[in-house]
Amino acid sequence: MSRAITTRKKVMWTALAWAFGLLMFFPILWTFLTSFKTEATAIADPPVWFFFDWTTENYNVVQERSNYPKALTNSIIIAVGSTLLGILIAVPAAWAMAFVPGRRTKDVLLWMLSTKMLPAVGVLYPLVLLAKWLGVMDSRILLIVVLMLINLPIIVWMLYTYFREIPGEILEAARMDGANLRSEIIYVLTPMALPGIASTILLNIILAWNEAFWTILLTTVDAAPLTKFIASFSAPEGLFYAKLSAASMLAVAPILVMGWFSQKQLVRGLTFGAVK
Amino acid sequence: MGQISLNQVTKSFGDVQVIPPLDLQIDEGEFVVFVGPSGCGKSTLLRLIAGLEDTTSGHINIDGRDATELPPAKRGLAMVFQSYALYPHMSVRKNIAFPMRMAGLDEATQTAKINAAAKALNLTDYLDRKPGQLSGGQRQRVAIGRAIVRVPAAFLCDDPLSNLDAALRVGMRLEISELHEKLKTTMIYVTHDQVEAMTMADKIVVLRAGNIEQVGSPLDLYHAPRNKFVAGFIGSPKMNQIDGAEARKHGAETIGIRPEHLQVSKTDGMWKGTVGVAEHLGSDTFIHVHETGLMDMMTVRITGDIAARHGDTIYLTPEMDKLHRFDAQGLRQA
Repeated sequence: MSRAITTRKKVMWTALAWAFGLLMFFPILWTFLTSFKTEATAIADPPVWFFFDWTTENYNVVQERSNYPKALTNSIIIAVGSTLLGILIAVPAAWAMAFVPGRRTKDVLLWMLSTKMLPAVGVLYPLVLLAKWLGVMDSRILLIVVLMLINLPIIVWMLYTYFREIPGEILEAARMDGANLRSEIIYVLTPMALPGIASTILLNIILAWNEAFWTILLTTVDAAPLTKFIASFSAPEGLFYAKLSAASMLAVAPILVMGWFSQKQLVRGLTFGAVK
Repeated sequence: MGQISLNQVTKSFGDVQVIPPLDLQIDEGEFVVFVGPSGCGKSTLLRLIAGLEDTTSGHINIDGRDATELPPAKRGLAMVFQSYALYPHMSVRKNIAFPMRMAGLDEATQTAKINAAAKALNLTDYLDRKPGQLSGGQRQRVAIGRAIVRVPAAFLCDDPLSNLDAALRVGMRLEISELHEKLKTTMIYVTHDQVEAMTMADKIVVLRAGNIEQVGSPLDLYHAPRNKFVAGFIGSPKMNQIDGAEARKHGAETIGIRPEHLQVSKTDGMWKGTVGVAEHLGSDTFIHVHETGLMDMMTVRITGDIAARHGDTIYLTPEMDKLHRFDAQGLRQA
């Protein structure tokens, strides 16, 4: 009897999970379908689901009108660059906080996290002035630095929680074995933290890839990534849903594929990282 | 090589002083055991010598050189940790090679030393495995292998056998003793287990609350404990300690008699009591005696087997030359 109840419960929970999953996935599915419709079908009322004349016309138009490869390249460089730069800075910082904590370490960590609570627009004006003064507006290096700064608290927090899981005795053993700080970080700490570092990198690439506020505001042409590419299809032309959807699909496809293949790492990153 | 001396060393964590000023001399080739109840500061003392903790004041000399400010890597000591602390991402071979790699030894020397250590420690078949694929005893051997390849001035062992089961512990105890006989390297060994201390040490340092209670050979400590604490801590089962009128009869505030130094009779003797529990080990029998009017429960150890049932009346007579006398401060009387 008890087994029957368990099975029923299982079915219920599974159904609920699927329902939520589909709800979350629906916007992407809808964008995907819309991207293959004509502009007329896209705004049809009642909406058309699967039975329409599938066309790749939108994709052709989108690619003709703007430079997709360039935006893609910019997105990759900015997302990967800002993440790697962040990792380079965050590894020593997280090491210090995890293994030689001081009296104020907890405060420093909270202070870093608190910067994420500041509305981004609050620093827009000084940042734009600074970028203009330095002559780096609409450059990839500016975006790499800005996105790195924005994601740095999260990177440090994630690495910090990973490092905390590494038993201190192993690092002490390395010290006894004659390792200096550099060798200790390179040969012992980093290899042990590699799964954690990998998921931190993945998650931050996604965050940087999807970041739209700064990437849209600080670029015009040269450094414009995919977020700008999507935005350019909404503003000047009014609302052409089908083309906008095609542009969106082109922008999210690479990151979607990457996320699919690294699901396991990502889930670990999310549950062990910044949210803990 | 391998002479270590501590001069007026202290350690405080914040406002709490865990090691009051302490002096200790460890001679070359000695097997020194730090023993004491948990929280007595024995691990802290070892970590101070290792350099993993900074001294608050005082000096540590290793081979005549002031090592107080040296980082652990520069002290030339090797350590075996309680948790083994092997590098989980490296094979056994790489674990053992690590200290040599850090010292910049050439490949050929490394390989030769790894093979020699593996042979001595029965690890030859496991060199390419990761620590996760080894049993507790094997991991312990790898940790020892990693310590011996670099030929340190001294080995520091932080309760390395406490994670092993009883049978394995006895075997490893013997192996470590044999290793010390063979290498003749100074060894400082921390344990909470007085049996380990008694069986392995040349010199035992008994610690309580960061203070050294007594330093001496195992038999010194057994035959002439300096105070009531050492008397109770060294020896198993524990020494019986009797206060009051009976002690004053023997000219002391407290008298102590070890369970093995009591004669048992069913008919007559100095003290009368009732048998509580009798533990038969085959070779020995431990009898717990109640209602003696001297202390809550006295323990007697008799060689061989004896028919003693719960509730039997029993008479005990101490061997007078084995009686320990302590004064009001708990110190041994001459």
